Amino acid sequence: MSGVRVLVGTHKGAFVITSDAKRKQWDISGPHFTGWDVYHVKASPVDPNRIYAAQNTGWFGQIIQRSEDGGKTWNPVGNKFAYEGATGDHLWYDGTPRPWEFKRVWHLEPSLTDPDVVYAGVEDAALFRSTDGGQNWEELPALRQHETAPKWAPGAGGMCLHTILLDKKHPDRIFIAISSAGVFKSEDAGKTWRPANQGLHSEGIPDPNAEVGHCVHRIAMHPSRPDTLFMQKHWDVMRTDNAGESWTEVSGNLPSDFGFPIEVHPHEPNTIYVIPIKSDSEHVPPDGKLRVYRSRTGGNEWEALTNGLPQSNCFVNVLRDASAIDTLESPGIYFGTTGGQVYASADAGDSWAPIVRDLPAVYSVEVQTLR
Amino acid sequence: MIRVVLPAHLRNLARVDGELKVNVAGPTTQASVLDALEAGYPMLRGTIRDQVTHKRRAFIRFYACEEDLSNEAPDAPLPEAVATGAEPFLVIGAIAGG
Repeated sequence: MSGVRVLVGTHKGAFVITSDAKRKQWDISGPHFTGWDVYHVKASPVDPNRIYAAQNTGWFGQIIQRSEDGGKTWNPVGNKFAYEGATGDHLWYDGTPRPWEFKRVWHLEPSLTDPDVVYAGVEDAALFRSTDGGQNWEELPALRQHETAPKWAPGAGGMCLHTILLDKKHPDRIFIAISSAGVFKSEDAGKTWRPANQGLHSEGIPDPNAEVGHCVHRIAMHPSRPDTLFMQKHWDVMRTDNAGESWTEVSGNLPSDFGFPIEVHPHEPNTIYVIPIKSDSEHVPPDGKLRVYRSRTGGNEWEALTNGLPQSNCFVNVLRDASAIDTLESPGIYFGTTGGQVYASADAGDSWAPIVRDLPAVYSVEVQTLR
Repeated sequence: MIRVVLPAHLRNLARVDGELKVNVAGPTTQASVLDALEAGYPMLRGTIRDQVTHKRRAFIRFYACEEDLSNEAPDAPLPEAVATGAEPFLVIGAIAGG
């Protein structure tokens, strides 16, 4: 029998939420790792019972947990994230150089083909990989050693590598995104990298069209069309159809083109979703209305999806890793808020209902489609 | 036997209740106690001190015999009462926040 498993990381632990394919009745398990920040929880697409979780606190640092039974039980695995070689400097907020220093894992991306291989995007920005199920981690140092790295600077949330896109059609291709350096692309499994920010325009940096320095919040891809990527930038929703060689803006009629997550419909590669937020200085939904916007045209033309979502006095945020979409025939969309609600739609966004209302602030949402 | 008391989050991580007891070979120091602790409970590596530099994490303190030993040298001998097991070595998560 098919169903879904929603993996939620929050400010005070992780939750595992399951349902059958109707996605009406939900079973909530957790909190796991109570009291810890859980930035991300994600399962292997190869072995759905294997799930990785990144938990941390300022007191005790970073822990990686692994489950082999779909999130029922967990065991800590390796947590040594040591930069390879000389760490070098990046820019600090005041323009002075500052050495790279590991702070936490923001994002875990399990391999599309091997359950023992998993990537970790960390702050200060770097990409790590484990080939033994998370026991040992090695940096792919060429990214941090890129010639532009001394010019990278943290965004308000820290200098984090928050997005990792793997591509089954191009096994050696990796896209990553860093706030606030931008998108980088490797065609050789991480041995070399180059910026992929042509066409981005950011008013808040000295050269608005710079090669690096853009505050990219999220990029998303449909596996059947890997040369097309969609981006929610700090401001602007963007699109590339040439694998990141150039980007064009597709914000169109959105009420605000600021936001964090972006998703692609699993069966319609040109249907995308964003959740507009009023501005970078306010971080609340426009007009107190929590609205998901859907474009069936790959951007530019957007419709508001409001049925079941609060349309007054709603002032929560939705963070960059806090949305996900399942692959059932009528796809389910999920997102979590800083107010602790997790909303779900079982009809591609036409109607919504909360799964749970009172979790700690939600950092991340992932979903597994179980068949 | 050295007695070690961990904060609640680390007891949960190590799946222990109450005090731990570790055997230390040679002089009883912060470093030798933490070496023995991490050898017995590898999941604690990196949670008390940095795995590479062995520098104490910023919000961790070490107390024993009503003294704050946090800034003592890692290789300095701990009090005799800790070495004999009469008193525990306390790993403290600093009270922080607002």
